[in-house]
Amino acid sequence: MTESTDAISALTVEHPSPGKKYYPPFQPTADLEKEAKEYVSMYPEGKELSAVLPIIHMIQGKFGYICPESMSWIAQQCKCTEIHVAGIVSFYPGIRTRCPGKWHIRVCHTIACALSGGEELIGYICEKLGIDPKELSGDEPMGISPDGLWSIEPVECLANCGFGPNLMVNDTLYSQMDKEKVDKLLAEYAEKA
Amino acid sequence: MSSQQEQLPKDAAAAEGKVNVQINGKWYRFPKGTRIADACNSVGIHVPCFCYHPKLSVAGSCRMCLVEQGMPPRLAPGATPTYNDDGYQTIQWMPRAVVACANTVAENMGIRTDGTVCREARRAVLEFLLTNHPLDCPICDQAGECKLQEYTADYGQPSHRFTEAKIKKGKNISIGPRVNLDQERCVLCRRCVRFMKEIVGEEILGVVGRGGHNAIACFPGKTLDSNYSMNVVDICPVGAMTSKDFRFKMRVWFLKSTPTIDTNCGTGTNIFIWSREQQIYRITPRQNDAVNSCWMPDNHRLNYKYINSEKRILTPLVKTDVGAPQRPGAWEPTLRAVSEQLRRCNPKQTAIIVSARLTNEELYLAGNLAQLLGISQLDIVPRSGEPDGMLICADRNPNTTGAKLILDKDGRTLDDIRLGIKNGKIRHLIVIGEDVTAEAAIPESHLSKLDYLLVIDHSETATTRAADVVLPGVTFAEKYGTMVNITGRLQRLNKAIEPLGASRADWDILRSLLQGSGGDMSLLTARAQSPMEILDEIAAQFPAFKGVSWAAVGNSGIPITETGETIPLIEREQTKQ
Ligand code: SF4
Ligand code: FES
Ligand code: FES
Repeated sequence: MTESTDAISALTVEHPSPGKKYYPPFQPTADLEKEAKEYVSMYPEGKELSAVLPIIHMIQGKFGYICPESMSWIAQQCKCTEIHVAGIVSFYPGIRTRCPGKWHIRVCHTIACALSGGEELIGYICEKLGIDPKELSGDEPMGISPDGLWSIEPVECLANCGFGPNLMVNDTLYSQMDKEKVDKLLAEYAEKA
Repeated sequence: MSSQQEQLPKDAAAAEGKVNVQINGKWYRFPKGTRIADACNSVGIHVPCFCYHPKLSVAGSCRMCLVEQGMPPRLAPGATPTYNDDGYQTIQWMPRAVVACANTVAENMGIRTDGTVCREARRAVLEFLLTNHPLDCPICDQAGECKLQEYTADYGQPSHRFTEAKIKKGKNISIGPRVNLDQERCVLCRRCVRFMKEIVGEEILGVVGRGGHNAIACFPGKTLDSNYSMNVVDICPVGAMTSKDFRFKMRVWFLKSTPTIDTNCGTGTNIFIWSREQQIYRITPRQNDAVNSCWMPDNHRLNYKYINSEKRILTPLVKTDVGAPQRPGAWEPTLRAVSEQLRRCNPKQTAIIVSARLTNEELYLAGNLAQLLGISQLDIVPRSGEPDGMLICADRNPNTTGAKLILDKDGRTLDDIRLGIKNGKIRHLIVIGEDVTAEAAIPESHLSKLDYLLVIDHSETATTRAADVVLPGVTFAEKYGTMVNITGRLQRLNKAIEPLGASRADWDILRSLLQGSGGDMSLLTARAQSPMEILDEIAAQFPAFKGVSWAAVGNSGIPITETGETIPLIEREQTKQ
């Protein structure tokens, strides 16, 4: 956790992450700007602010996380202040300020999945990937494997409660998981890497 | 029942554009659209609020203002309303409380601020606010004027049920050159955020984090450096925003607040001076919707250090011989000597430079003195700067309008006086409240050529150093008087502290000089024992001041003349409404 005197500068600290090698660094190119403009144009004039969230998702999808420079860039695109963007970024747990691994595993730990074994799976996956489970607490709970290939994040309900435990690897949902299935899944993804 | 023939209260109220509202069992009438919180407060029933500020948009987020509300029951189809003996419908109370800041009054509405529903709601809100609060009142500047402290004493519970670890946030963060932030004390009312966005137009502050981790912040690299930044210290209901200047200087309950006006520019922002034992500790804005709303600029707020400074002249200073150093003198012999000297001066070779920082009363006496001595060369020193489009106007003299009304002077003949001094036509000069080597641009070398230089001023300047006699006057904080701001509003200066040392109020000094100079007119003015009485004389003589009196001016002032000037911030506020 950041020191209290630095509660403000903590907002733009660039966190180290071994996952960075799997994502391109943020570059405010003309193409990117064009893409942002499209989002902004979806909202009426004077309401550019509304495009902040979709643009954040676009940036996170491309670069893995929201770096300090991209916050300023987003503010420029949406004609708003950086503190507004920082407020949104720090509000949603799903918006990351640290780069995840190439394969980002989201394990549901809301009640239904937790009861059916999801909670144990988190510990199991951490152990398998060499991730310190202590990293899974705090403001932005996410653990990254030392090789940067994997990251794990406990998340709330994935809206598939009847078939728990549920987890997602990047954007694909896997249901009724157990340790064996996890082993197989990780091996499969390791192949793809 | 005769009430059927008579008009019902609802119709009577509607005819005035008002509605009847019952508050704690008593009926009142309020204009339509009044917020419940404002309605209650206007009749002396206090509704506690954190986030609501009448000059900012409504957030309705703190929930401290919850009140019990009721309306007449909804009628079945076809039914007609029934009225009781007093002409009101019965009130059906809602089981839950509503916020008083975001809801407006309606006809036949009932409000209760003292029932169990209300008490329990307030208690619960406070309990939540205190879960993560650091409880550091003993070292907090806000203690004594903290809303959280007050409300907890009034509506809170004495014990704490929260046993979990408190969330730690940033403390003592320098968020701008004049303001410090303590995120743990913050109740997240967002007044500061809204002030910066809506009034200043700079979205510098924002809320980051979520839930218990919510905190006020500015983006790294950005600072709260607006010239209006210290207003967030005033509106912050708790000790989260504190003034660097005032931090740890004095407990607020030791301070006396004096309502008066700012004299840094022609706007005449209404202020409080906070003092204790002849020392001034801070200045805060005082609400006046015709002058400064609730705000004031930082540089004006902080310009008080000269009052208690080393530079103050605390006794009369007299040069006994040409080239001799100035030596402290006693008042009475000095005044006698000055009066004698003034009578000897050839009025054609004498000029008076008065400051438009003086009060109307002082300008009036200065005008009388000139008339009495037959001096025709008299003027003020104009002083101007960049207006800021908010409260600071181009005219940096607080009483230019007063000087115009009373002396009919606006600085246009100052050049002649300057030239007269330069070429030796003016041999004697009386300067009241100005350093003429500054804005008036009279070099020291020219001052030293004069035969006689009398200066009345509160602090040492190049001009006082050149003077044959210096009579120590006072600053705006040490005297009573009136001034007219750029819009033509007559406003009162109130005395916050007594004149320091042996200094005397400028009007008092001028009055002594008038008395000492003999002549008929001095009799008239000698009768006036105070600025209040001098104001009565002014009122009798000047049409613009007709009917004006100290009491009528009050602490919020009265418009007495049209100048065509406006205050941009007030203009904006009025168009918004
Ligand atoms: S710092 Fe003060 S004004 Fe700003 S949100 Fe917190 S309590 Fe309200
Ligand atoms: S609880 Fe896991 S998907 Fe809903
Ligand atoms: S004052 Fe009404 S909700 Fe804050």
